Amino acid sequence: MPRPSPFYSRTAALCESHSWQEWSGFLSANMYELHHLREYYAIRTAAALIDISPLYKYLVHGRDALKLLNRVMTRDIARCAVGQVLYTPWCDEHGRIIDDGTVTQLAPGRYRVTAADPSLRWFEDNATGLQVQIDDISDSLAALALQGPLAGEILQQAAGPALAQLKYFRHASAAIAGMDVSITRTGYTGDLGYELFADPADAERLWDALMEAGQPRLLRAAGQLALDMVRIEAGLLLVAVDFISSKKTVFDVQKSTPYELGLGWTVMLEKGNFVGRAALAAERERGAAWATVGLDVQWDSLEQIYKRYGMPIHLPETAWGNAVPVYSDEVQIGRATSGTWSPLLKKYVVLARIQPQYAKPGTPVCMEATVEAQRHMTAARVTALPFYNPPHKRA
Amino acid sequence: MAETFDALIVGAGHNGLVAASYLARAGKRVLVLEQQPQVGGAAVTEELFPGFRFSSVAEGTGRLVAHVAADLQLHKHGLKLLPIDALLTAALPAGGRLSFYSDTARTAAEIARHSKADAARWPDFCAAMQCLAAVVARLMMLIPPALPAPSGRDLLELLKLVAPARRLNRKQLGDLVRTLPMPVSDMLDEWFECDALKAALAVDGVHGVSLGPRQAGTAFVWLLALAAGQVPAFAAASQLQGGVGALTQALAKAATSMGAQLRLNAAVQQVVVKAGRAAGVVLASGEEISAQVVISNADPRTTFQRLLDPLEVDPVFLRSTGTIKYRGCSARMHLALSGVPRFAFDATARIRIAPSINYIEQASDAAKYGTWSQQPWLDVTLPTLADATLAPPGQHVLSIHAQYAPYHLRSQDWDTQRATLGSAILSTLAQFAPDVPQLVLHSQVLTPLDLERNYGLPEGSATHGEMTLDQALHMRPIPDCAQYRTPIKQLYLCGAGTHPGGGCTGINGHNAARQVLRDWG
Ligand SMILES: Cc1cc2nc3c(=O)[nH]c(=O)nc-3n(C[C@H](O)[C@H](O)[C@H](O)COP(=O)(O)OP(=O)(O)OC[C@H]3O[C@@H](n4cnc5c(N)ncnc54)[C@H](O)[C@@H]3O)c2cc1C
Repeated sequence: MPRPSPFYSRTAALCESHSWQEWSGFLSANMYELHHLREYYAIRTAAALIDISPLYKYLVHGRDALKLLNRVMTRDIARCAVGQVLYTPWCDEHGRIIDDGTVTQLAPGRYRVTAADPSLRWFEDNATGLQVQIDDISDSLAALALQGPLAGEILQQAAGPALAQLKYFRHASAAIAGMDVSITRTGYTGDLGYELFADPADAERLWDALMEAGQPRLLRAAGQLALDMVRIEAGLLLVAVDFISSKKTVFDVQKSTPYELGLGWTVMLEKGNFVGRAALAAERERGAAWATVGLDVQWDSLEQIYKRYGMPIHLPETAWGNAVPVYSDEVQIGRATSGTWSPLLKKYVVLARIQPQYAKPGTPVCMEATVEAQRHMTAARVTALPFYNPPHKRA
Repeated sequence: MAETFDALIVGAGHNGLVAASYLARAGKRVLVLEQQPQVGGAAVTEELFPGFRFSSVAEGTGRLVAHVAADLQLHKHGLKLLPIDALLTAALPAGGRLSFYSDTARTAAEIARHSKADAARWPDFCAAMQCLAAVVARLMMLIPPALPAPSGRDLLELLKLVAPARRLNRKQLGDLVRTLPMPVSDMLDEWFECDALKAALAVDGVHGVSLGPRQAGTAFVWLLALAAGQVPAFAAASQLQGGVGALTQALAKAATSMGAQLRLNAAVQQVVVKAGRAAGVVLASGEEISAQVVISNADPRTTFQRLLDPLEVDPVFLRSTGTIKYRGCSARMHLALSGVPRFAFDATARIRIAPSINYIEQASDAAKYGTWSQQPWLDVTLPTLADATLAPPGQHVLSIHAQYAPYHLRSQDWDTQRATLGSAILSTLAQFAPDVPQLVLHSQVLTPLDLERNYGLPEGSATHGEMTLDQALHMRPIPDCAQYRTPIKQLYLCGAGTHPGGGCTGINGHNAARQVLRDWG
């Protein structure tokens, strides 16, 4: 049985759909209403509150905290100032991604790391010989994402006008209704957004305070289905969907490197040795075997296929996340890993991993489309990621 | 500019010295760095009390493989062997004894006093065991293959086993494979009926391991010891003049005579790694010395977890080095005596107090539950009977190897238990030589904790990692570095933690030098 998160009394009360999924052992709402579209629009046009407590969280501190993080992470954590947040993947010794998350330097030498999967053992393995303390604080921090173009105004309403100064990928401590909250300007939506961490005992009051502050700006709770759509628009990969953690498969073909996933910018080969460095250096020399790109599925082409069946075009109502072959001139060149109709962009957007020679934006390719149990090819165009990147995300 | 070397050897244990000699002989500029004020590691003679010199850690030496001794011309460097008559005497209750000699017929006659049937089987047992030991001895000289994916060179190396294996018939070959995982007591049960005989032999299947004689794999330990010349009943009928330290003193002379340099009181703090390759060392003093290869005589855990910057070592590998079992479970006790204790028999040979299989097994029970044996089995030596140089005139040194004294105690600690363990050892000994307590001038007990503190043997492990089947051959110390090489290029291992394991055989150092030179070429 999945367990309730610290916000359960609030999320359950709102969850008219009774549609839940399991996320890292917690109950997590798929959608609150019978359809998730209003939640999607809340994220993109107003603001939404998302319970992200199931994230794994670790506190890394002690003399060698930076040494450990720089050993594990591909980015140079030495560049993470106090009050700064870095997004970074981490790899196994063969340079294949295990997981990704954020590192926040809360105070000098005190770092909080978020992760999608349990990571304590891996961090501890890497701490052999180092003087560092790693605390699993997953259960001692409730976490909420406040995301959307109006999220900043709502946060200032709740936590004070000083939060207006909080820059993209920075951290601040603040008080909301008298409760201590640790706030980072981060998120998984590609929009303006914040992530808030607080004592689980304060969870319900925090939720209420934010809802109250957000009510005039149409803040609403959003679930996983809406989140999945926006993260694809934002070109953000999902572990276990777009790639598999190298710790979750024994088959090399199922593993991916940062270069293959479009995360080459996070690999700091010059920072000194770190786990996977040698393999990644060799890969950079050689060139990655795959490139991660966006595909813009061509409406006309898909419509033509449906026409043959006398049907109107049918678009996926929710994001999908399974491997679908991608072709060029009838030769398979890779796979799509997830996709969604983007109501905002009015495009059918897809994340795909293809051979690098086809990765140039504008390259025409084909994606398999199954209509009435028959396989077809629909035309698509390679697109740079992200599909959606509003200026207010960083402003 | 500072002098540079081809090879640095971390540690002047006997294996480090052997490796140094072979590399120097091959023309390499070699520097051996030893943290202690003396060479020898666990193979040392020390003056523990004024005028009394003891083989303080290792009691005997293995058969320092004949060709190593010959290659290094140790006799020229002062190594002298004193002949002894009996090899081993098992002390039995009520003044009984069972002695072993290098002469098979003489031993058989001795066994006949306990069992006619066993006496009759003795010559066959000796012949069969020597046959198996010959193959195992050859195996010990190999650089183990990288399994499951051996290289061409590995296969060539394995071909060296064909000739000795051919000398076995199919049944003997089958016996060898069948014997390795057996309990040593089962192996002996198939040959003999006399419990005292089986017990006197079985001890060598549990010497230095935390297992009892009824535990699986102890037959392998026994065969390995046999092949290494460490089963006293089958060992050479000689004793090193000047104690075990004489061996390492001679090795040090051999190494320096071949051109190797030696520095004492030079603790290596870190092996310097540059771009995945060992490039030299930093001493505790801060001095940096560079070299093309670094060879560690320290145990694998120390080498990988203390001497390397963890940032340079692959974490999965580093973690696997943490799983190596050490589990030291032996204690040493040294006595300075005012006279010769009265045993019911001639005491020149090693004396073994382990009168039955049950006695040994019951002693081992303690180790399972994290306590030490109230009635330990003992190996006792009185080297001054053959070598008067070790003590003042008329006085004697007596050393005891006692098991089981596990490093990890469940609810006590060794600093408070040391003295009580000493009393238990002494009262066990006094059952066979009642006057010992009155003769004691000085005494010292070395628990596994002391072996760790004073001699750098983690968990007091005599063999730099327990000598069990799962940590042997191509799996010693762990499969990822079982060929004397390590994941760090140009960093090699040469100590007892490598194949073929512990004991003063010199094979580890010899094989490691061979591997280093092969890779050089
Ligand atoms: C109680 C006991 C009884 C034994 N009885 C016997 C026996 O009867 N017969 C037998 O054959 N064997 C016996 N052994 C086993 C035998 O002594 C060892 O297996 C053997 O001596 C190991 O030799 P080595 O050269 O591999 O390592 P060691 O002798 O341990 O040498 C390692 C050397 O490296 C040095 N070193 C380590 N780290 C550093 C550093 N950072 N810087 C510089 N130097 C360093 C150490 O000081 C040491 O000198 C016994 C062992 C014990 C503990």
